[in-house]
Amino acid sequence: MSGPIAPALMTRPAWVRASYIALFLFIWELLARFYADPLFVAPPSAVARAVVDILSDRGVARALEVALSEIVTAFTLSLIVGIAAGLLIGLTRIGYHGFFKIVLVLYGIPKVTVFPLILLYFGLGAGTKITFGFVHGVFPILVAVVAGVQNIDPLLLRAAASMGAKRRHVFRWIVFPHLVPSLFTGMRLGMGGVLIGVILAELYVSALGIGYYTTRFSQGFQPARLFALVAVLALMAILLNELMRLVETRFSRWRLAGRE
Amino acid sequence: MAGVSEPLSRKGRIAVWLLRLGLAGGLLLIWHVATMSGRVSILMLPPLAGVARQFVLILQAGEFWDDLQVTIFEVVAAFAIAALSGCLTGYLVSRSRFQVRVLEPLLAGLYAVPVIVVYPLYVLYFGLGPASKVALGTTIAFFPIVLNTMSGFGGVAPIIVAAARSMGGHGWNMFRHVLLPAAFPVVLAGLRIGFVLSFLSIIGGEMIASYQGIGRLIINQAEAMNTATMYAYIVFLIAIALMVNLLDGLLDAWGHRP
Repeated sequence: MSGPIAPALMTRPAWVRASYIALFLFIWELLARFYADPLFVAPPSAVARAVVDILSDRGVARALEVALSEIVTAFTLSLIVGIAAGLLIGLTRIGYHGFFKIVLVLYGIPKVTVFPLILLYFGLGAGTKITFGFVHGVFPILVAVVAGVQNIDPLLLRAAASMGAKRRHVFRWIVFPHLVPSLFTGMRLGMGGVLIGVILAELYVSALGIGYYTTRFSQGFQPARLFALVAVLALMAILLNELMRLVETRFSRWRLAGRE
Repeated sequence: MAGVSEPLSRKGRIAVWLLRLGLAGGLLLIWHVATMSGRVSILMLPPLAGVARQFVLILQAGEFWDDLQVTIFEVVAAFAIAALSGCLTGYLVSRSRFQVRVLEPLLAGLYAVPVIVVYPLYVLYFGLGPASKVALGTTIAFFPIVLNTMSGFGGVAPIIVAAARSMGGHGWNMFRHVLLPAAFPVVLAGLRIGFVLSFLSIIGGEMIASYQGIGRLIINQAEAMNTATMYAYIVFLIAIALMVNLLDGLLDAWGHRP
């Protein structure tokens, strides 16, 4: 019956992948329905219903909105500061020799260590979350910008100068195109950092926002809603990551094209 | 721009060091003067000398020791579980090119999710004790380890394998003398990333919800507004983190030895 079709499908990685996921969900559903304690585990079908449920809850929807706006704000700040400082450090001798090593040392310090400090100064509101996201996000972007402008072949600059290019021409036609691919790689890494920073801070603050709801759902033994909230957050993170990856491949094409 | 990063002259190097020292000294001086003048609330910025005193006290009293032990236990346990399961899974998957193509995008996709989002679930299942931190650290470390093991063993050039086989290599011999040496640097890189990630996420998990551990200890100081102690502990934690980084660097050098 299924003879000719099923084996053909099973030679495609994407189909096999999908069937693994389906199998995983199926086993989870069975275990959750018939064996597990309903106070702790919810079957996927209940989680799917709970997603609709929590999204129509004004409080949860608002908390997710706030988290998203914190992520966007922290990322925008990281981008502005990262590009500005990156250009200053990457394009000037004093900046490069004086500050780049300091930046690398700061990049190497784990950001969790300064979380209590940020908490102390910015309190439980959006300030802490945005700042914590920002300290995660700004360094990869800054370092990528410096690396991008350092990568320029000196020959190009000399050629441009000998053909009478002005400073703004050099910037538009040489510095900028070299900067872009590396910048987008930095943006992807920075977005990953911002997500970790904002979500960690959100979970820490249990009085409001997402942390309030995760605490409430777990203390109230509503595993379906807790799973649903975690799933929505994870989905948000995946979508933002994918967006960055798409943008990165789109804007790095010119450089890759020459290599093939 | 090109040329910017060229080595400096002797004079330039001295100038750069003066600039850095001046910057650091200036910041410390401003800190000291601002807190001494009494214009800055002691809750916001403790006196520099107070932080230094607290730091010495912390080292002398050693009350961090219990919490540090808990954290070390969590990191070691999480890393051990992740390394074992990750390497084993990665190796088994790498034996089939097809399975690598099936599972690699899936695992890479999961790796990109900030795993900290599942922490509330772990707290629900494993409670506020070390178990939830171990679970978090394991989950985070598992992905880089399994992905690198897969690409390490999957990436051994077929010609090498074929050559070894034609010379009679098989089974354990093949694994020990051909596959393992070829895959090892990549696997080690995955283990390093996994270790650092699990260390950081465990500290983060302790800060979010816990009753023990070094992360909790520090956040307690912030919550109690013991600002000077908090600063001293942050310096302490950064020192630990730098030691972990150093260890990581040594491991890296060892992995790249000829």
